[in-house]
Amino acid sequence: MVTAAQVWDALDEIPDPEIPVISLVDLGVIRSVDVSDGHVRVELTPTFLGCPALEAMKRALEETVTALGAEPDVRVIQDDSWSTDKITPAGREKLRAAGFAPPPPREAGAPQLLQLQANVHRCPYCGSSDTTLENIFGPTPCRSLRHCSSCKQPFEQFKTI
Amino acid sequence: MNELLLSLADDELVIGWRDSEWTGIAPLLEEDVAFSSIAQNEIGHARALYELLTDDADALAFDRPLDAYRCAPLVELRLLDWAHAIARRWLYEVADEIRIAALMEHDDAAVAGLAAKINREEAYHRMHAEMWRERLQDAPQFRAAVDELWPYAVGLLPEEQRDALAARVGRDEVEAIERGTHTDELAELWNEMTMVRRSAPAGAQW
Repeated sequence: MVTAAQVWDALDEIPDPEIPVISLVDLGVIRSVDVSDGHVRVELTPTFLGCPALEAMKRALEETVTALGAEPDVRVIQDDSWSTDKITPAGREKLRAAGFAPPPPREAGAPQLLQLQANVHRCPYCGSSDTTLENIFGPTPCRSLRHCSSCKQPFEQFKTI
Repeated sequence: MNELLLSLADDELVIGWRDSEWTGIAPLLEEDVAFSSIAQNEIGHARALYELLTDDADALAFDRPLDAYRCAPLVELRLLDWAHAIARRWLYEVADEIRIAALMEHDDAAVAGLAAKINREEAYHRMHAEMWRERLQDAPQFRAAVDELWPYAVGLLPEEQRDALAARVGRDEVEAIERGTHTDELAELWNEMTMVRRSAPAGAQW
């Protein structure tokens, strides 16, 4: 009979469909795993509601649980329980190493444009904080575009959610 | 069917469609990216809201007759100049913030939780809209566009939320162009957005 720990280990092998350097567990989108009588219930929290990777994530979770010989029940939880603060320290380092600046911590209030424009976001390539906001939006809803004035490299910055 | 949630979902679906029309033709490449991303978020919000109301979000989004849509006239308009597009985005986001804040206090935890999630994402839309409002606020074309769209914006919200909208926008409340009748532009959009599903027999697999 499969255990919750075995399920978590298996889920940690599933890459994010859009940024495969990080696993779904690193990304913090697995809210819970419940095992009982060969049934595994997994709660999945979307990053952004319009994220097109959500269906692929759900399918990968179902296939992984099935491969463990258990019956999957994957539920998508559409509330505010996921935050970029749930990305694990290992996940943040994997993002940075792949050229994605990890998100600043969530604050009590809503993010402000002035914070995004401030020179506090570090370039994932050279570490300089001499970077400027190019676009609040980027190639996916979860990312902004910045430019590093030090190494002249554009890069993607995870938005704080 | 919860009228309030359906209205909000239809607004988000239709403004998402309208925002997506700027993909590839915005005045700046960065705005192609921004409007595309905003559109994707808005349609994602519509889907999540439809899922609170039904098991088949696609059917609710695309299989209804035109008259069954509950969206407000503001989101239906096909706005082909930048001043109008920005004026609508700004007015829409100010109004949306007010109604989302009210939904975050909803008795149903599923509604309140989803509203809180939507609010996190909308913070970035509000930043974008406010940035453009600051940039264009002295341009006569922008001021004229806000004048023209203001009665439509009032019609987005229920009566009890209109004072707050007028205060935030810094305008007097005017007679609203109310939700309930549709513009001719929606008929054109409905035809386009339901075309693929209408072209295939029921039960088609995609």
